[in-house]
Amino acid sequence: MARMKFLCDAERCIECNACVTACKNEHEVPWGINRRRVVTINDGKPGERSISVACMHCSDAPCAAVCPVDCFYQTEEGVVLHNKDLCIGCGYCFYACPFGAPQYPQASNFGTRGKMDKCTFCAGGPEKNEEVQFKKYGRNRLAEGKLPLCAEMCSTKALLAGDGDVVSSIYRERVVTRGFGSGAWGWGKAFPGQSG
Amino acid sequence: MLRKKMNGDAKSVRLSSALQVQAHGAVDRRTFLRNSGLAIGGLAAVSAVAGRVQKAEAAGAAAGGKVDIKKTVCTHCSVGCTIMAEVQNGVWIGQEPGFDSPFNLGAHCAKGAAAREHAHGDRRLKYPMKLVAGKWTRIGWDVAINEIGDKMLQIRQTSGQDSVYWMGSAKHSNEQAYLFRKFAAFWGTNNVDHQARICHSTTVAGVANTWGYGAMTNSYNDIMKTKAMFLIGGNPAEAHPVSLQHLLKAKEQNNAAFIVCDPRFTRTAAHATEYVRFRSGTDIALIWGLLWHIFENGWEDKEYIRKRVWGMDFVREEVKKWTPEEVENVTGVPGAQMRRVAKTLASSKPATVIWCMGGTQHTVGNANVRAYCILQLALGNVGVAGGGTNIFRGHDNVQGATDFGVEPITLPGYYGLIEGAWKHWARVWDVPYDWVLGRFKDKKLMEAAGIPLSRWADGVLETKENVEQPDTLKAMVFWGHAPNSQTRGPDLKKAFEKLDLLVVIDPHPTVSAVLHDRTDGVYLLPAATQYETVGSVTASNRSLQWREKVFGPFFEAKSDHEIMYLFAKKFGFEKELFKNIKVEGNEPVVEDITREFNKGMWTIGYTGQSPERLKLHMANQHTFDKVTLRANGGPCDGDYYGLPWPCWGTAAMKHPGTPNLYDTSKSVAEGGLNFRVNFGLTVKGQANDKWAKNDPVADSLLAVESYPVGNEIKDGHPPVSMGMLMKMGWDKDLTPEELAVIQKIGGDKPENVLWTVDMSGGIQRVAIKHGVAPFGNGKARCVVWNFPDGVPLHREPLYTNRRDLLPKYATHSDRKLNRLPLLFESIQKRDVAKEYPIILTSGRLVEYEGGGEEQRSNPWLAELQQNMFVEMNPADANNLGIKDGQQVWVEGPEKGKAKVMAMVTERVGKGVAFMPFHFGGHFQGKDLRSKYPAGADPIVLGESANTVTTYGYDVVTQMQETKTTLCKIWRA
Repeated sequence: MARMKFLCDAERCIECNACVTACKNEHEVPWGINRRRVVTINDGKPGERSISVACMHCSDAPCAAVCPVDCFYQTEEGVVLHNKDLCIGCGYCFYACPFGAPQYPQASNFGTRGKMDKCTFCAGGPEKNEEVQFKKYGRNRLAEGKLPLCAEMCSTKALLAGDGDVVSSIYRERVVTRGFGSGAWGWGKAFPGQSG
Repeated sequence: MLRKKMNGDAKSVRLSSALQVQAHGAVDRRTFLRNSGLAIGGLAAVSAVAGRVQKAEAAGAAAGGKVDIKKTVCTHCSVGCTIMAEVQNGVWIGQEPGFDSPFNLGAHCAKGAAAREHAHGDRRLKYPMKLVAGKWTRIGWDVAINEIGDKMLQIRQTSGQDSVYWMGSAKHSNEQAYLFRKFAAFWGTNNVDHQARICHSTTVAGVANTWGYGAMTNSYNDIMKTKAMFLIGGNPAEAHPVSLQHLLKAKEQNNAAFIVCDPRFTRTAAHATEYVRFRSGTDIALIWGLLWHIFENGWEDKEYIRKRVWGMDFVREEVKKWTPEEVENVTGVPGAQMRRVAKTLASSKPATVIWCMGGTQHTVGNANVRAYCILQLALGNVGVAGGGTNIFRGHDNVQGATDFGVEPITLPGYYGLIEGAWKHWARVWDVPYDWVLGRFKDKKLMEAAGIPLSRWADGVLETKENVEQPDTLKAMVFWGHAPNSQTRGPDLKKAFEKLDLLVVIDPHPTVSAVLHDRTDGVYLLPAATQYETVGSVTASNRSLQWREKVFGPFFEAKSDHEIMYLFAKKFGFEKELFKNIKVEGNEPVVEDITREFNKGMWTIGYTGQSPERLKLHMANQHTFDKVTLRANGGPCDGDYYGLPWPCWGTAAMKHPGTPNLYDTSKSVAEGGLNFRVNFGLTVKGQANDKWAKNDPVADSLLAVESYPVGNEIKDGHPPVSMGMLMKMGWDKDLTPEELAVIQKIGGDKPENVLWTVDMSGGIQRVAIKHGVAPFGNGKARCVVWNFPDGVPLHREPLYTNRRDLLPKYATHSDRKLNRLPLLFESIQKRDVAKEYPIILTSGRLVEYEGGGEEQRSNPWLAELQQNMFVEMNPADANNLGIKDGQQVWVEGPEKGKAKVMAMVTERVGKGVAFMPFHFGGHFQGKDLRSKYPAGADPIVLGESANTVTTYGYDVVTQMQETKTTLCKIWRA
């Protein structure tokens, strides 16, 4: 059984935001909800790197551990999903998540957050009716034999998604290729004082 | 586990790869999945857990119904990404990655991934509208065409046909662009132009004058073969994001150096191996600085220069002046870095040079691009895989629209405006030359270049005496063009207000609808997007792709070719315009238009790309190699993807297209070439022959001992004519049919019929049979004697912050060009550097394109960029008392000002500010939202950068200066 994983290759990510709009296109999430976003560090300086972040579908998901109503569940492929009918919008998962994945619709009366929304790895949610599932959770691409659209449309193939074994073998190959010449770590690491 | 690399991406290991072959065959997904449970193996388990196979119904489509896959091409940049649209009951319900496309391999940027919004959102111009007493009023198409037509015919009577300006678009398909140019000719004017003027016009002129064709020499894919990339004035990570897929592969797999030269530390520079920050507008000094090291150390390719390049000596003399000290003084780049970059380039072969608007949009743009070419010629990098000048075009079809002559200086195919050119096209159009002549005021205006797009406002505002045509411009047609991409916003506003008639034909109202304070005389006509029609589009690498219709047209929108038909009918020349083009209802048949231009575009080889061949390529994308672009087996076996021009001869000849220009390692029949002979055979006797050495060998412009594989002449030779075929005894290879056509064209002198006007294609066919390039085999030239600066010279920008350099590097003298006065020194004379101390440059954001109306109306994109901003260095911000996120005023030396948000960042150097140019709808602090037709206003509005930008045009093409001006900034 495949164990689904995301991986964003920061050497490739150019902050083009295709993953963000692909997600909006596929699931028609409303303005203000970003299941995926691109984070840039050292913006505008040497060393600038970007990385696309969404729910990482943790093996031992902190969101699930803290949820007071136990609305989270994990599919056999390791995709972390949640039941919006159970969710009370308390925001505990927001505290617990190391990636800032949980999203909340605009605040309504009395400061309630509404139902939490997050990346589903394009695996839909616990809803039998197609239309209801789409409206609540978005499309179920895995059921169609497809992978998350954000990764499939990534401009530079920085964002990888799929069976964790396959994803890691692709990434490992890239790392080995990049090790060409001065090596992955550079002569500077191997021989302190040398440049490169 | 190391897998064998195919594309190094997720494609080869994708769970659903089993789906792909069928996916574009319009198989119903439900049916397919039912039948393929075994094929996708482990996936069946996924389905069992995750629920039923399903497809959410979007946009209210009725449940059920067959899901068709329509293949189209993204309309946002020149990479040419395939879009796979899922359509059910006429509704575009989903977008899938086009993994088979050799260009994008499924990838998109933010814009491409949001393309479906075109069929989803309704912030569009929905029906024809007219401004009545300051209010937008809905009218019918027939009323609109009648009223506009009557007004134009009246202007034609009183001011002449040249007072109506036809501004076309890089968003047109090839067929529409061709028809548009023909339409303008039949109206009787050369006042026709499009975005290429303010995009790559300097490239087209400068590069074509160096070696023959002014286009990208290789392809995005070919960059995967390079050993070093030298980018100058380009930020493809934002402007052409998918191209980075190819660039980063070269970096990773070949360990290729990735050198980015830019005044701004761009998102592209963030991935560079070497970033060179230099002062905006000093490209020539920078390139000469690199060549100084190359010549000094003897790193140039001497054999290549001897065989294939003329005039390098003159460059050498100029380069001598650019010592490391002088280069550092002018550009700001330290000598050690210059030497390191020069050495990297010299020791990494092949290396490619890439440039975009940062190089072209200058008063010296034509000379900048020639300097880049000369660098590559010195290194012997042109005409080799992995080398070349990879010029990234901006719009999806700006290459095609340029090729089809939507320009004031030429007819389709760069034939120019001379009598011979008109006669050639009259033959193709199947109308008498005298009839075409009769459409114009006179022969002089018929052969005189029109007003360039960048100068339309001056064409309106100048006095009648200053304009070299019967009257000033009275009517403007903006047919797919956003005015906020043009400099001098306040002057544009004045010009809009002075016009008698303003017509906007566009899917959106655009800034043209709101910038002015007019209360009448404005019409908005809704045009269909390219997703709502069919036709071919030329990507930057000269490949053509055929678009299928996805949906629509939306609301009351009409396709551009249909609108042209309606106007032609109103003007009474529809019979001539569509003589050999079938019209169904009011819509001309697109394939017939393709077939017509196939009959005339001999100069650049747009003759072999029949609609049938193009459609075959689209249907068999998966058979093309992702690096070489060549089909390996399958129905397109041997062809290069999209038949990159020149695709010589007729379609029947089955030329595979030319993947890399001037590549002598292949025969011409297989896509090989050499440099074009387009500037005479020798320098001696030219109009300006001060460069002649009076030595027949040194002055010869023919190649020496260099020729493509299989060339039977085995040396340089002139362009091929019937006379040359006769001399070589090759005329007997012509078929009787070909000979008859040539004799008909040549009359009593068939020997004078050139390869460019032979409508049989026979001359090209026979030349190629003997391994000979139809356009001759010449040398590239380093000196363009017909330009003001034969050898590119550094000249300071009109608004320079380095007035101390003016005695040495002053700009050009004032002059008259293309019917209008063109100022240089009188602008530069005014010293504003103290009052306006900060250099202002502009550029793109990844989420938006061009005037941005389309993307700012798209919520998926608009959400990501909600505020117009100016980037400024922390030092400048602190000196001016400005904090990040505060509102500031930015004012240019011509007093145009914009109120924008400050973004304090080290991305720009000290003393430099940057603004993106896609915003519009605010003007000098005023929100113009209420002036849009109801429901058609973009979600995000903002100040236009070009309200602040200033006067300045290239001395050859009148490209606008957007990249270097001055400004001052203060807290609002």
